[in-house]
Amino acid sequence: MSTIDNAQGNRRDFLYIATGVVGGVGAVLAVWPFIDQMNPDASVLALSAVDVDLDNVAEGQSITIKWRGNPVFVRHRTPREIAEARAVPLADLPDPVARNPNIAENAPASDDNRVIEGKEQYLVQIGVCTHLGCVPIGEAGDYGGWFCPCHGSHYDLAGRIRKGPAPENLHIPKYKYLTDKRIQIG
Amino acid sequence: MSGHSSYEFKNPVARWVDSRLPILTMIRAQGMEFPTPKNLNYWWTFGGILAVMMVIQIITGIVLVMHFTPEASMAFNSTEFIMRDVNYGWLLRYMHANGASMFFLAVYIHIFRGMYYGSHKAPREILWMLGVIILLVMMATSFMGYVLPWGQMSFWAAKVITNLFSAVPFFGETIVTWLWGGFSVDNATLQRFFSLHYLLPFVLVGLVVLHIWALHVPGNNNPTGVEVKSGQDTVAFHPYYTMKDLFAIVAFLVFYAAFVFFQPNLLGEPINYVPADPLVTPPHIVPEWYFLPYYAILRAIPDKLLGVIAMFASILILLALPWLDTSKVRSGTYRPIFRQFFWLLVLDSIVLGIVGANPPEGTWIIVGRIATFWYFAHFLIILPLVGLLETPRPLPSSISDAVLSKKKSQPQAAPGE
Repeated sequence: MSTIDNAQGNRRDFLYIATGVVGGVGAVLAVWPFIDQMNPDASVLALSAVDVDLDNVAEGQSITIKWRGNPVFVRHRTPREIAEARAVPLADLPDPVARNPNIAENAPASDDNRVIEGKEQYLVQIGVCTHLGCVPIGEAGDYGGWFCPCHGSHYDLAGRIRKGPAPENLHIPKYKYLTDKRIQIG
Repeated sequence: MSGHSSYEFKNPVARWVDSRLPILTMIRAQGMEFPTPKNLNYWWTFGGILAVMMVIQIITGIVLVMHFTPEASMAFNSTEFIMRDVNYGWLLRYMHANGASMFFLAVYIHIFRGMYYGSHKAPREILWMLGVIILLVMMATSFMGYVLPWGQMSFWAAKVITNLFSAVPFFGETIVTWLWGGFSVDNATLQRFFSLHYLLPFVLVGLVVLHIWALHVPGNNNPTGVEVKSGQDTVAFHPYYTMKDLFAIVAFLVFYAAFVFFQPNLLGEPINYVPADPLVTPPHIVPEWYFLPYYAILRAIPDKLLGVIAMFASILILLALPWLDTSKVRSGTYRPIFRQFFWLLVLDSIVLGIVGANPPEGTWIIVGRIATFWYFAHFLIILPLVGLLETPRPLPSSISDAVLSKKKSQPQAAPGE
């Protein structure tokens, strides 16, 4: 296109730019549904929060819930187990951070930071080994907690890594108490 | 028509790529510099509209398949899941369903344009025949696509149409069992229809490439039907026809959007929101609107086999059109008698469509038979005769002449100050 150095040239430039902008905005608006359709759909989002009835978990018992495709261990710990977990000095822990999204991010991995205050008997954690993702076995390993058979990571009674290649303590999911005996995970 | 560009790319990366695979030069030559008759009207924009609709159907189809399950016990529910739970699923589904209707609307207009302006005549016979094959592939694709949601109409339309093949003598039943993969339309049928429904659109892409290639050998026809005589008769495709096509595409998309957003179920059958039941036939089995004329022809003939033959013949006869139309004059603009018969054919096609939508009872039977007769008479009797007997209007000596004489006959505005 020839350039004209007068008002007509500017008008053409304006029209080109205006059309381009409108076209660009239109293109983004048109493309968005095709991208968003790959985001989690309503049925997946519905399962993004799961309710658990703690009445089902007797003292000393563990259950496993499926949450967002992964296992969640819910253990009703005995007073002896709680005391044993509390007795561990923090300096002994390879991973000093609590990994609990329900409290501050850099909170230390003391036993009460691994549970919710007033409910220390219930330990809720994502049952995925922080090494390469296997599901650890409960009531196993050298520390009385969990043991991952894939590469030999040992977790204690608060789900903290004590020995083995796993870099972090078992993660705690975001959860809250709906009632005294009912929690909602996610 | 020329298909060569002497353009030298300034960008060194462009030059490096193009010297190894001249795709950039090809795009310039075929899509930008291509000499196109300067008198094309809006009936010529439907090719571009069809290309856009094809891309829309493929893209919406691919994302729909990310959520659809092509198995008999899950197909209907997965379709409802798309409508209700998938982000913008309702939009994707409505775009795809209404997109098919728009695709057919555009293709029928495109075909009628070809008939009116003689775009099927020499040297464009293969271009035309490729078009007929494209139409057949479109019909197969949309038929199978309609079966996938596994609603009552999906199931029963599949049953009726596949049953037609039982009319074939000796092998009929074997063919039908083979098509079904069983003793009736069931999961085996659905799954194979899904596979082919995904495949055929890509076959269509290949056919469309051939179609455009065949077009670019002689170049576009034009409303006068007079071939390009010199550079005076043409303009570069870009920007004149890129912009004209783009404008027409936008207008068409507005029309399409009106259906998608305001009346997405208008062109569909409500009973298809009822899950398929092999034990209950709906009171009225009708195909989608774009198949109604062929449905009418099928039912117009009382004999099962002859009805099937007539229905296929109504499409296959189009392949012979370049030879059935005997006129030496290409464009309907200069063929006063042909023009009237053309519009009668358009009317006849609409009548056939209406007949197809109604149950084959009473007056509809007679109307359907007359309309079917007229359809075939148009191609087999009228076109050959009109071409031989008609006195055409005098043709302009060139496209330029036609354009200029049109300008002369229009009152000229006084030059601006």
